[in-house]
Amino acid sequence: MAITLNLPSVLAAHTGGARTIEASGRTLGEAVADVAARYPALAPRLRDKEGKPYPFVNFYLNDEDVRFCGGFAAPVQDGDEVTVIPAIAGG
Amino acid sequence: MPATIASPPLTARPLRCRSCGAEHAAAPIAICEECLGPLDPVYEAGRPLPDRDTIAARAPSLWRYKEWLPFDGDPMWSLDTGFTPLVDAPALARRFGVARVWVKNDTVSHPSLSFKDRVVAAAINAAAAFGLDTIGCASTGNLANAVAAHAARAGLKAWIFVPDELEAGKVIGTSVYGARLVRVRGTYDDVNRLCAQVADRFGWGIANVNLRSYYGEGSKTVAYEIAEQLGWRLPTAVVAPMAGGSLLSKLKKGFGEFLDAGLVRGQAPRLYGTQAAGCAPIVRLVERGGDAIEPEVPKTICRSLAIGNPADGVFAARAMRETGGWAAAVSDPELVEGIRFLAEDTGVFAETAGGVTAAGAVALARAGRFQPQDEVVLCITGHGLKTVEAVQGAIPAAPVIAPRLREVTTLVEEERTWPSR
Repeated sequence: MAITLNLPSVLAAHTGGARTIEASGRTLGEAVADVAARYPALAPRLRDKEGKPYPFVNFYLNDEDVRFCGGFAAPVQDGDEVTVIPAIAGG
Repeated sequence: MPATIASPPLTARPLRCRSCGAEHAAAPIAICEECLGPLDPVYEAGRPLPDRDTIAARAPSLWRYKEWLPFDGDPMWSLDTGFTPLVDAPALARRFGVARVWVKNDTVSHPSLSFKDRVVAAAINAAAAFGLDTIGCASTGNLANAVAAHAARAGLKAWIFVPDELEAGKVIGTSVYGARLVRVRGTYDDVNRLCAQVADRFGWGIANVNLRSYYGEGSKTVAYEIAEQLGWRLPTAVVAPMAGGSLLSKLKKGFGEFLDAGLVRGQAPRLYGTQAAGCAPIVRLVERGGDAIEPEVPKTICRSLAIGNPADGVFAARAMRETGGWAAAVSDPELVEGIRFLAEDTGVFAETAGGVTAAGAVALARAGRFQPQDEVVLCITGHGLKTVEAVQGAIPAAPVIAPRLREVTTLVEEERTWPSR
């Protein structure tokens, strides 16, 4: 399954400037693992040591916070868009 | 021609990551480029600090504490914000069963009638220091009002994003200043996510996104003012509302800085945070323990606190635990009752967040969180005229009469038969 991962500028520094990355997997976790394997510098900023979502970023699957739909276990489909947003904002 | 003394140019302090310690030059950034943790301003350790008399002789604004605000040089804008009244509230002391209660009355904050004037006073000077011509924010209402008002005075353009379902006072109290107000279909959390992308794309100074490191420091001035207005001493407990949770962690920092500076002695107050039960992710984190927020979809009339994914929730929970405090959530009917008894007991008309704080203090008292000798400060953060919708149905309708004395006499006789309050 091919999905699109949108990154903020602060993370694009770890992808050679790419802000939009294609990724594949059946779940969000698999798609993130795919990206992490191709961009090792990005990996620790997407997943913590236990493989869970890194606490200083939030993932949105087609505009929905993935914590409301299973986190990394959320199934993804062709054409889905995942947006990574730094968690420290607002209030 | 009279000689003029040139003021030193305003510059912002450098930043350091609260999580990994990485240093960053002063810039409109709020997250660490290494670990994405929050950045805090770094103050020069050996800088000269004013004593009590020096502070007391300065103008009554939050800039009297400028050595603890994240700038060098003189502030350019919002020089009259801060130093709101600390109101003695004996009726609340009786209600809570404690020795003393004061209301820190930010309902009369200048210019926009909420404590958000404090953080925006910092943000607008950060924008000036960085030469930004446009500022903005994601807001549940009070911040929108504050950014719009302060931007108008500073002559900056303002882009302000709010959830589409907001009280009329909050909407009109933003647009009236000429700000570009955008209502976004969704919750505050949707608006906040959008603003993170807006800040990344357009390079504007978004007060609570990329100017957040400077913005947040303005909240500490609530703690400084409480200490000074109590006669340079500390209360034993402080109760404050929580939306993103920043105020709680900044209160802890502010009281700690005054203790470190020797301006006050004793123990830092226990900090208590309050939320509406329909959106209480930080209260639930305190009750559950642990170190991760579980986000919620807000369902409450308290829109000013309706942040389901609070960025500072974890830090607020730590501030409450580390000071020996706790947290409380109240229902919507309870918060409306809180607005009413706060008004009747103290003469302070608060918006919904103030109702949450007042009713939350009752809940904490009932749960045995206060001691009879406690001296408690309630942080009442916004004016009631901003959210009249919340109390409209709960207040008795006023009688309409002809201009005849006989009709007043009838009303007075009727009142004699009412049970006393």
